[in-house]
Amino acid sequence: MAGTVTPHDAKTLIEQLPILQVLVPFCTAPLIVLIGSRRMAWALAFAAAVISLVISYALLMQVYGGGFISYQLGGWAPPLGIEYRVDAANALVMLLISAIATVTLPFAYESVKDEITSKNHTLFYACFMLCYTGLMGVVITGDAFNVFVFLEISSLSTYVLVAQGAGRDKRALTAAYDYLIMGTIGATFFVIGIGFLFMSTGTLNMADLADRIAEQGTNRTIHAGFAFIVVGMGLKAAMYPLHLWLPKAYTFAPSAVTVFLSATSTKMAIYVILRFMFSIYNPDFIFALNVMFLVFMPLALIAMFSASFVAVFQVNFKRMLAYSSIAQIGYMLLGIAIFNLSGLTGTMVHMFNHGITKALLFMGVGALVLRTGSSFYNNLNGLGRLMPLTVAPIVVGGLSLIGVPGTAGFVSKWMLVQGAFENGWWVVAILIVLSSLLAVVYVWRAIEVLYLTEPAEGAKMAEAPMSMLIPMWILAIACIWFGVATDLPLGAASTAAEVLLSGSFGMVE
Amino acid sequence: MDWDFIAGHVNYWMFIVLMMTGLYIVVSSGNLVKKIVGLNIFQVAVFMLYISIGKITGGTAPIFPSDRQGHLEIDPTIVYSNPLPHVLILTAIVVGVATTSLGLALIIRIREEFDTIESDDLVKIEQQLTSADNKEHGEAMGGMA
Repeated sequence: MAGTVTPHDAKTLIEQLPILQVLVPFCTAPLIVLIGSRRMAWALAFAAAVISLVISYALLMQVYGGGFISYQLGGWAPPLGIEYRVDAANALVMLLISAIATVTLPFAYESVKDEITSKNHTLFYACFMLCYTGLMGVVITGDAFNVFVFLEISSLSTYVLVAQGAGRDKRALTAAYDYLIMGTIGATFFVIGIGFLFMSTGTLNMADLADRIAEQGTNRTIHAGFAFIVVGMGLKAAMYPLHLWLPKAYTFAPSAVTVFLSATSTKMAIYVILRFMFSIYNPDFIFALNVMFLVFMPLALIAMFSASFVAVFQVNFKRMLAYSSIAQIGYMLLGIAIFNLSGLTGTMVHMFNHGITKALLFMGVGALVLRTGSSFYNNLNGLGRLMPLTVAPIVVGGLSLIGVPGTAGFVSKWMLVQGAFENGWWVVAILIVLSSLLAVVYVWRAIEVLYLTEPAEGAKMAEAPMSMLIPMWILAIACIWFGVATDLPLGAASTAAEVLLSGSFGMVE
Repeated sequence: MDWDFIAGHVNYWMFIVLMMTGLYIVVSSGNLVKKIVGLNIFQVAVFMLYISIGKITGGTAPIFPSDRQGHLEIDPTIVYSNPLPHVLILTAIVVGVATTSLGLALIIRIREEFDTIESDDLVKIEQQLTSADNKEHGEAMGGMA
């Protein structure tokens, strides 16, 4: 070897950003366990979340106007090697996930202390980081099998996190068990789907898969693979008839976990559905079109109404929000079914906006649980007067959930309605508005309890601690900010929708 | 659909049978441990699918022989099986083991808290808890739960 000069191909930090995005939280998890200090655990997790938030933002800015970043793991060129591929669609989802993690962790500090036995705290934060790693990995990777691996990393740690609610209510254990069974069936369906794709194309790289399917056309195997992938990911996304795990898991999980999961985990699954549907299968693929029109649209509409309807009759604030989540996932699927630029932009923006809205609302419930020990409405009477600073952001979140103009929720619903009109589906547009009226009912019920009922005799409630108030207010301001200044999410989302609709995985012809 | 086709795809038939058996056990069985066993069978079926994909008729292990100097002697007439699906399935096996152990750990905790691992009993206990919640909190709200 002497005498030969190996070419120096070290990369700059900027070029290494995609891998750091996954590595930072991934390395933090074992570090937290090894150090084993409760105080350090939180600090390390928070530091990792902040670093990856910065990275997400940097990545989004690089692909904001279109184009993509390809990162080859270990220098092995795709399609043989594993590739991380960042374009506007997944950069936006990554920004959402890392932003939510960054605001959830300060919130979690007090909430976890209150709800989880102290000997589990370090492991809790380690699991949290692993879950976060998995979500990031699923979103960033450009390799179909890699999606499954990261999916399982995030799922397994999610089951553990949900089960941590057992200290307050033992039903958290059965909720986690049910989620484990359904989640594993979903993930296994997804692997079968990928197996079928590999069988007929011989590749696992997403961009390469797309090329080969376009080249050779489709066959029965590819159709079957598509069905398996949609059902598998539908389970993870709590798509209407596959949503049974969600209300229980969200109700009984610790507050901080619910905040994080509601805002990220189902959105990640929706993203994967989008990615497979549009980037791998050609959007002109007639089979996919039928699936959208005949399967996604009716299911989305049923979800919007039935889940909202169930939410109206809940006596538990947290459970009400869980059902509302199923309805909101219906909106996202509807955007996919509408299948035009506005509709898809609506889906992408709604993922983002609903993420921050729902995180805010679950945080509000978590803060109330910390002070009153219960999330049932009758224990929350009149709290709006006793702790105005804690309850005011909940109202903002509620308005955004309804889609009142001036809040983030309005922007995404507006895009969906616009998309429906462009297709001439005015019935669908009216249904979107009608189901928002159901949201008015269930949000109003919460507001009525919090403001218009008499607080219990002589009750004195302190405001939630600062570590909770600040994240809540940040999200509340974000809800309004993104409802007024819509440039960032809407711009990124419409670029993302264009990328997806062009069906070329960010490769501009 | 002749005999050769059916006999030649025997591993795929086995995959389908195993997969459906596993899924059926998960859905139908009332015992939580049996559900986990069903889940395992379901996952093993998928391993079989992947391994079948990689197999090529007459294919041998994908190892290139080399002479003593370390030069590869690549013989284009030899057919090799595709190693990639086998490697993928190693990952999936690890995932399966992790899922099983986590599931069993959860069952132990459920047994401690609920004193049963039969899902019928669990559902009954949970319904009692839920209706107690609804009664207590629903009536306080002035409703008729």
